[in-house]
Amino acid sequence: MERIPILKMGEFLLVTIQVDMHDRLALTLQDDLTGQIVKHRAHGVLIDISALEIVDSFIGRMLASIASMAHLLDAETVVVGMQPAVAITLVELGLPMRGIRTALDVEKGMTALRTAILEGQDGDSSSIR
Amino acid sequence: MSNSKLPEVFEKREQEITDQWVEQQQATGRKLTAAEREEANRQSREFIRSLKGALRKNSGGGISGPEWAGVRDFLVDLSSRRAKDGYSPRETASFVFSLKQPLFSALRTELGADSKVLADETWQATLLVDELGLLTTEAFQKTREEVILRQQKELLELSTPVVRLWENILALPLIGTLDSARTQVVMQNLLEAIVQTRSDYAIIDITGVPVVDTLVAQHLLKTVAAARLMGADCLISGIRPQIAQTIIHLGVDLSEVTTKATLADAFDVALRRSGHKVVRQDAAPSGAAAR
Repeated sequence: MERIPILKMGEFLLVTIQVDMHDRLALTLQDDLTGQIVKHRAHGVLIDISALEIVDSFIGRMLASIASMAHLLDAETVVVGMQPAVAITLVELGLPMRGIRTALDVEKGMTALRTAILEGQDGDSSSIR
Repeated sequence: MSNSKLPEVFEKREQEITDQWVEQQQATGRKLTAAEREEANRQSREFIRSLKGALRKNSGGGISGPEWAGVRDFLVDLSSRRAKDGYSPRETASFVFSLKQPLFSALRTELGADSKVLADETWQATLLVDELGLLTTEAFQKTREEVILRQQKELLELSTPVVRLWENILALPLIGTLDSARTQVVMQNLLEAIVQTRSDYAIIDITGVPVVDTLVAQHLLKTVAAARLMGADCLISGIRPQIAQTIIHLGVDLSEVTTKATLADAFDVALRRSGHKVVRQDAAPSGAAAR
């Protein structure tokens, strides 16, 4: 069965979506990713969607719920490399995904993750988003 | 018109009609240069020639028939050229309408003896010239509309430049009224520029936007949200006092967006957030500030 690979990079997990997402694939990714976060005790998840050209409301919602799940498991999520067309679609669909961190590319995403994790450690008791 | 005497008369008096017509055009029109007069002269003779051909073959179906194709093409071409050259509609239409007088006087000379035939023929000639005149005006109008459409399109492209202020900082100065079509272009341009330049900050400056209504505000919010999804921080600047009042009266919630009164303030915020600092050089003597 088709699966989206999840790579471990230090304390981060890197997910690169290279194929068109369909609903089953998205659900499998959700399962795999939550499992991997717990298994590797990861503190950050980086989802690269630069190759994704089409999103629908389901995929948009799935990205948002992955971020919420990761947060429950004490990991920050950054979505990177969203295409302009995809961003416009999501906004038009009324899914501005307020809870998700975003960055332009993987490099900037890594930096954002590090700062986010540092911030989380500094004020552990007060940083309830 | 099949048994009309018009073609016959026209054939016979062609030279006279043409000469009178050219004269007429030059008398009524504006002052022309020698080259323009030469050009008008040539056009008139060409038109007379094709009109004569069409009249001879005329089957009575009006000017929409195939035998009039040459005349129609000529007129459409002429008026669209004149529209582009800045002639007024009156000048363009009078090219055809000034043909009436010479045509009628030729008819009178030929058929003056029989007043009934003369009246009929004059009526036919009027109908013909009016049709041709309408065609000219229509073509003129169409060309003008095309020009306007093209200019609108050019304006759309011209009016949304994305400016790079600093490494990682973009500015989008908006000028003019924002409608849905324009906002779409603005949004796309900005997002593409963000990808291209890998900028973290984008400043949308609305100093040049005269009116902000709910629709415009919503468009702005959408642009900000889309930029945020891509990982760029969006600031809005250039909010004039009246605009601030309108936005609040309309009940638009801009609290999630960083807004600043001037572009300078927004730029300052963007620089600070990206870790830059602007300091005056200590060594510089009074007044000479440098970055």
